[in-house]
Amino acid sequence: MKPFSWRFIRVWQRNRDIFFRLWHSEAPGAVAEPIIILLAMGLGLGAYVGMVDGQKYIEFIAPGIIAAYAMFSASFECTYGSFIRMEFQKTYDAIIATPLSVEDVIAGEIFWGATRSLMTGTVILTIAAAFQLVSSPWALLIPALCFLEGIMFASLAILFTSFAPAIYSFNYYFTLFITPMFFFSGVFFPLSSFTPIVQTLSWIAPLTPVVRLSRALVNGEIQLDLLWALALIVALAILFFSISLVTMRRRLTV
Amino acid sequence: MAIIKTKNLTKKFKDLLAVDSVSLEVEDGECFGLLGPNGAGKTSLIRMITAVSPPTQGEIWVMGNNLKTHSQQVKAFLGVVPQLDNLDQDLTVLQNLMTFARYFDIPKDEAHRRSMEVLSLFELESKRNSHLKELSGGMKRRLLLARGLINLPQIMILDEPTIGLDPQAKYLVWHKLTELKSQGVTQLLCTQNMEEATVLCDRVAIMHQGKILSLDTPRRLIAKYVGNEVWEIEVNSDERLRTVKELENRGLDFEEVGGKFQVFHIEDEKSVTGLVNSLGRLQRRQATLEDVFLRLTGRSLAE
Ligand SMILES: Nc1ncnc2c1ncn2[C@@H]1O[C@H](COP(=O)(O)OP(=O)(O)OP(=O)(O)O)[C@@H](O)[C@H]1O
Ligand SMILES: [Mg+2]
Repeated sequence: MKPFSWRFIRVWQRNRDIFFRLWHSEAPGAVAEPIIILLAMGLGLGAYVGMVDGQKYIEFIAPGIIAAYAMFSASFECTYGSFIRMEFQKTYDAIIATPLSVEDVIAGEIFWGATRSLMTGTVILTIAAAFQLVSSPWALLIPALCFLEGIMFASLAILFTSFAPAIYSFNYYFTLFITPMFFFSGVFFPLSSFTPIVQTLSWIAPLTPVVRLSRALVNGEIQLDLLWALALIVALAILFFSISLVTMRRRLTV
Repeated sequence: MAIIKTKNLTKKFKDLLAVDSVSLEVEDGECFGLLGPNGAGKTSLIRMITAVSPPTQGEIWVMGNNLKTHSQQVKAFLGVVPQLDNLDQDLTVLQNLMTFARYFDIPKDEAHRRSMEVLSLFELESKRNSHLKELSGGMKRRLLLARGLINLPQIMILDEPTIGLDPQAKYLVWHKLTELKSQGVTQLLCTQNMEEATVLCDRVAIMHQGKILSLDTPRRLIAKYVGNEVWEIEVNSDERLRTVKELENRGLDFEEVGGKFQVFHIEDEKSVTGLVNSLGRLQRRQATLEDVFLRLTGRSLAE
């Protein structure tokens, strides 16, 4: 594996410039959906479910929605978004003819994906706070958590993109991987409500430790064993990031 | 001094040998042309020299730096105009240049100044705030050239830079490239346009099936492979055999192309007089690089 350099920031800046120039075409939709899910599920389903783990249902799902939509942001950005830039617009080809390396480009894409996670997570957190669903100042760490989560999911998305033969391939990624995680990582139901085999699968899903941390921060229930969840996220982020640099170099330098 | 040097440079795509052990030297300040039919391996060769494609074998040095270890530094000196348009679709014309300048760490003010300069150089000022989809194909081509100059490159690597340009734009580009050369910018130019190669290039390499068949100044290539003039002879089909026989008897260097005979290397006009009777037609014309190209690449195709 070749390391990336500080030049990755140039790619991050490019993506940032375009995002803020066109933000009105994408961002409101990206934020409206989680808010609708939060209110519809929280208030609608919440009326039937009653209390979960000693909380109102809407309070229970809010931290999970933050984590899940932060995941979606990075995942969309670094699958469809990156694939379009790489294959249709040949943006990567143009950039690697400048002093930037493949690794710089990919690191820039991943950090940009993570920035999208951070922005999405922060906006949902703010709205959740406005609905008085956030009870602890520990929640101020949520943006940092979303960024870290974003690095993990953006890296995983880029890793998948480096093997994707066509843009349709991402349908598999979302229907077989991301969406199931949305439902089985403790966002909507406590893990304990699943059968043991699903519980085991849930613990493998990278979203699970993020939901657990997010919920602990929003509720202010800080325990030492949260460090395990954090360590797992960091380890997976580093692992996916490193592999994606290698597989992308293989794909891009033909 | 060779500013670009390759040694046994080879590129394989699975079983296909796209570039076959090419060793060449481009001199500082010259315009070096690379000619060859479709699929000859020109783009593959150029992509290796611009450090975007790793060689299967062989070495490349640019300005004395080994590309394997110093690609980042080398790329800062190169102005690359690729064969395929890879402009940034999400940005306007000016933003394309500004963003590209940032990849080279050019400060914002300087980037803006240079962007305006290269836009005016290629007569695109009025389009500076246009989106890419509002540009015609030729305008995109010119923008690609403008972008290649944003880092004030010492070496320009141009892969078919004037393809799709109207005659005015083509002459404009030739003029700018000539100017750049007079400022000492080395050029490696890949083209299908023989006139372009003749006008711009100091030396030309003719490439075919991954190999360089011949390398010299355009003038010497012409002298060597076709001579100064080409005589084209068109005869009736019943005269054909007689003509072939006659040409062979006189020991002339000729080829039959599409029912016409082309006679090369005519040292003495007498050697051709009386070849054509009143029924045939004869035309004399200046030999061009195209004749060289066709002879060289056509011949090895038959081999
Ligand atoms: N990425 C690739 N994968 C597989 N084969 C390739 C690839 N790129 C080029 N080739 C093959 O390598 C050979 C040389 O292609 P190249 O693009 O270098 O030719 P060229 O001389 O630039 O041709 P043209 O004048 O058409 O641009 C061709 O046979 C082509 O099919
Ligand atoms: Mg080509």
